[in-house]
Amino acid sequence: MTVLASAPGPGFWSQLRTVILRHKIAALGGALVALVALSAILAPWLSPHDPLEQNVLLRLGAPSADNPLGTDSFGRDILSRVLWGGRVSLLVSTSAVALAIVIGGALGLLAGYIGGTFDRITMAAMDVLLSFPTLVMGLLVVAMLGPTVANLILAITLTAIAPFARIARAPTLAVKERDFVEAGRALGFSSLRIMIIHILPNIVDEILVMASLWLATAIRTEASLSFIGLGVRPPTPTWGGMIREGFENILDSPWLAIFPSLAILVIMLGLNMLGDGLRDATDPRLRHE
Amino acid sequence: MLAYIVKRLLVAVPTLLAVLTVVFFFVRIAPGDPALVILGDQASQQALASMRHQLGLDQPLAVQYVDFLGMVLHGDLGTSLVTKQSVWSEVVKVLPFTLSLTVTALAIGVVLGLPLGIIASRHRNGVIDYAARFFSLTGLSFPAFVSAILLLLAFAIELHWFPVISEGRAGDPLSSLRALALPALNLGLIMVAYVMRAARSSMLGVLGEDYIRTARAKGVPARVVIWRHALRNALIPVVTVVGLYLGVLIGNSVLTEVVFNRPGLGKLIVNALNQRDYTMLEGMMVIYAFFIVIVNLLTDLTYGLIDPRVKRQ
Repeated sequence: MTVLASAPGPGFWSQLRTVILRHKIAALGGALVALVALSAILAPWLSPHDPLEQNVLLRLGAPSADNPLGTDSFGRDILSRVLWGGRVSLLVSTSAVALAIVIGGALGLLAGYIGGTFDRITMAAMDVLLSFPTLVMGLLVVAMLGPTVANLILAITLTAIAPFARIARAPTLAVKERDFVEAGRALGFSSLRIMIIHILPNIVDEILVMASLWLATAIRTEASLSFIGLGVRPPTPTWGGMIREGFENILDSPWLAIFPSLAILVIMLGLNMLGDGLRDATDPRLRHE
Repeated sequence: MLAYIVKRLLVAVPTLLAVLTVVFFFVRIAPGDPALVILGDQASQQALASMRHQLGLDQPLAVQYVDFLGMVLHGDLGTSLVTKQSVWSEVVKVLPFTLSLTVTALAIGVVLGLPLGIIASRHRNGVIDYAARFFSLTGLSFPAFVSAILLLLAFAIELHWFPVISEGRAGDPLSSLRALALPALNLGLIMVAYVMRAARSSMLGVLGEDYIRTARAKGVPARVVIWRHALRNALIPVVTVVGLYLGVLIGNSVLTEVVFNRPGLGKLIVNALNQRDYTMLEGMMVIYAFFIVIVNLLTDLTYGLIDPRVKRQ
């Protein structure tokens, strides 16, 4: 990332080439994520059929020219449903992770900067959140409040706040003691200004790495909840929901479960590679090797 | 050591109390009426009111809260709304299934993951390292229910090596073991990915330290440097990951039990959710949370065992 921000020297494209060559894994991961994200965003234009259109004559059809990935038990086109299914997954997971970064990041930053009782209470609350297994907490929240997009986002946000608070707090504690923060205070800068302009940039790297890894976790949680039957209600296509329907027909038509599984695997692999690559690129211990 | 243990125990008490409070209020605030669950939609207002009275739901919230805390402190988690059995006895009935599954998975994860991570770190950027890293990235990318379905499809449905329903016949250890194999492999392989990754990166950090160079310069054999000098210092981050992985392991075991149709805590909680069995949910949340808090405590205590410096802080 530091490379991207460097002064304009050689052309943009040759710089981009250098960055991609240096961080092959991250670049490949980013490409996989972009591929799946774009196909979900462009689903209305890419899908050969309406994802909700049923055709009893085509029940559980094998892959064919008209339905490249086959049809499900209602005769719906699987390719279209996989493309549309990404929309719910990505909407829920990106919103949840964004909210968790804002809430968790702010809590961690404030706890680290203010310290004292506020710090102790905030971090104790985070410990309580961490005491519930991610999936079980998600199950409970969605089951009690109802399986809507908003409740899914709420459930996943709740599971991700504590890790972001922790990751924001630790570097804040360290940076707070540095001379430039002291200097800022001596110059009479407000605490808000010090936190946002002087401390925040120092923790952005770690938050970005965490964000891509937690995006993967969020996608997994959403898919798991849908698989158990607590996702967005049918007939709206979701990857987890499609795998659930496929699992019910696993003996007759295994491809029902396979194709949405592949979609999840590709984006998860992409996000994990991106996160790993970003970490290697930003970890000072590994940077100069 | 004793003082350290006592201090850590005392820190866990407020967390546990807060956990109980969160569970209690969450279940009370959520919409839905337990009396309706028991009596069904047809019940008269009068019957519903008397059932609420019987369940203590007509009491002020504060009274209910104190009663709840008192019960939990006496080890009583209430009675299931659906089966009328005590929550604790329902849990104990299926606990051996979940425990055997998760403990086997943990063992697979550590026994395979630790050496793999160490070997990968020794051959950094070599073929073995790339293969191991590719495996671990793939393992991290598999939602447990997806890998479970693929294992089921390949080894139970196509090859018939293992039973499709992983319950096992009661009193037949061989059939129980066969039933355990696929679910444990599913959880274990994902765990290998986590442990391997943590072991590799932690070893890489330690291998760059001065004392490792000193040991090598003294002529200590490479085997001893790796397994004695480096490993012990590299172990703490690995223990941390295993501890943190517990939450994931519990979630994954729920999914694995659902796919393999295996009895256990996972199926218990999914059934309780479907039947809106509030007391069962409340009890299971408490058990899960206590379990995690206790394992975190054990993780902390393990640090003290591995690294004597931790105790003195």
